Amino acid sequence: MSSLLATIQGASRIGEPNTVAMGFFFLFIVSTLGITFWAARRTRTTEHFYAAGRSISPGQNGIALAGDYMSAASFLGIAGLVSTTGFDGLIYSTGWLVGWPVVLFLIAEPLRNLGRYTFADVVAVRLQHTPVRIAAAIGTLATVSCYLIAQMVGAGGLIRLMFGIPYETAIVIVGVAMIAYVLFGGMLATTWVQIVKAVLLLGGAALLALLVLSRFGWSPTALFAAAAEKYGAGVLSPGRLVSKPLDAISLGMALMFGTAGLPHILMRFYTVPDAKAARKSVFYATGLIGAFYLMTFVLGFGAMVLVGPDAIRGVEPGGNMAAPLLAEFLGGTPLLGFIAAVAFATILAVVAGLTLSGAAALSHDLWVGVVRREKADAAEQLRVARVATIGLGVLGVVLGITFKGQNVAFMVGLAFAIAASANFPALLLSIFWRRYTTAGAVTSMLLGTASTLTLIYLSPTLQIDVLKHSDAWFPLRNPALVTMPLSFAAGILVSLLAPRPDEAAGFDAVSRRMHLGGSV
Amino acid sequence: MSAAAPEATPSFEARLTAVAAQRWRVAVGLTCAMIAVYFGFILLIAYAKPVLARLIAPGLSFGILLGALVIVATWILTWVYVRWANSHYDQALGRLRE
Repeated sequence: MSSLLATIQGASRIGEPNTVAMGFFFLFIVSTLGITFWAARRTRTTEHFYAAGRSISPGQNGIALAGDYMSAASFLGIAGLVSTTGFDGLIYSTGWLVGWPVVLFLIAEPLRNLGRYTFADVVAVRLQHTPVRIAAAIGTLATVSCYLIAQMVGAGGLIRLMFGIPYETAIVIVGVAMIAYVLFGGMLATTWVQIVKAVLLLGGAALLALLVLSRFGWSPTALFAAAAEKYGAGVLSPGRLVSKPLDAISLGMALMFGTAGLPHILMRFYTVPDAKAARKSVFYATGLIGAFYLMTFVLGFGAMVLVGPDAIRGVEPGGNMAAPLLAEFLGGTPLLGFIAAVAFATILAVVAGLTLSGAAALSHDLWVGVVRREKADAAEQLRVARVATIGLGVLGVVLGITFKGQNVAFMVGLAFAIAASANFPALLLSIFWRRYTTAGAVTSMLLGTASTLTLIYLSPTLQIDVLKHSDAWFPLRNPALVTMPLSFAAGILVSLLAPRPDEAAGFDAVSRRMHLGGSV
Repeated sequence: MSAAAPEATPSFEARLTAVAAQRWRVAVGLTCAMIAVYFGFILLIAYAKPVLARLIAPGLSFGILLGALVIVATWILTWVYVRWANSHYDQALGRLRE
């Protein structure tokens, strides 16, 4: 076995400087910087910087939403999980999609009609601005930071593995490119980077899937049957991954409702002209993301049959190299280079979106809303937004280097849990519940953030996996099952115990604007 | 919003409330449908492993089929909402704007 592994590893050129990968990646950087240069000349106001002048079409925004959402974790991670565990990996493929209908049914259109740049705009619309914006910014920054750490550390590791360049250099390249996109091109450049990346990722995944299927008579079931023949029928049925149903339900809640509270996703709805365009863009995004996750079925099982789980784990124990190894098997070094460049582009685009939404919370919510009480002029707003972008970009690089070598895979689940427990309840209640009050909103956002961070610290995810203790005080790996209901209950209870008829009176105007648009 | 002919037609507020209530019912109903589909799938994985392991064709287990159907259900539910919103909801809003 080990000799077999050695030969497969020896045969793989993963980790060696790859001219095709470098070429594709260089092309991506040059073209996206070209887009940034073009966008920079159109980014003169905060409306352009945060919302691309509301000029993005529903189709473009649908692709960009898909680009923002399909991180390297979903491309490399899920393909790897399916290739090493079979069916169990597919549970994730479905889980990452089911949040999108919730975004469409409950959030997208009201958000577009009620806010300007951030989700705090919506919560604050008829409540007291200062406390609401501070609490919402805390929830936003907690979500964005966790997501950013996971992406940065993943980026450094993957780029080192695939291109053979040092971890720190990789992090700095990602940081510099991301700052350049956001700083100069704002939301317009970020949107087009997402679109280019989404097209590359979907195209790359479709190409791999077609190449796999061509070897199995264009029949997915023939592929699955080959996997079952080689590794036992168990790969087609549930295994050990969902041994604790409550764990699966808790993670499912985080994924389903967290999507509707992710700041960088919510921010995208402000880039389209109106609520109807927001609606259409979620429809397109759901179609694209669903198609992508269906392809992960084929990629994962394809890598299992053609490359083999042992060889995949031999290159990287987490299985993350399944898709690149599959590409190398199917198309040699050129295809490996292309897929490696796509993975790099994917990470870059996601961190750009995260940085922009974090910068909006810092500058629009905290500086302009709280410190300057809406009195900052346009030039100052834009200047502060850019300073915040540089600050967050540098912070991302520092965090990426600080957490080098740490197990940060749980951070994405944590980001979804905070989004589901802090941002989503406040957003939903402020849109649909007349009697919601400032105190209720602030309580649910702060309690949601604090309880999620506390419980994840006490959970097996941190206590056992990261800190290597023998047991954990809190049983669930993802706390959303407890923290989301807690946040809802606290917000409702506080609002009912201390009613604010004056704030409730604003609800009619909010309801009118939520459906009809226009100003309150 | 001059109520020239009193009680002949419901007031703007009443019509807006009706539209809002209908949109809320549709949104909650479809959200519950999505919750039922996804958590139903998870509960089957947790409690009915042998059912999902059953093969319905060579290479196609019931579990894999259901997994793909969860994705298809997501598409269908979003399509249903968009169809409803593009016709009924937008028309109701159009009448309100008049």
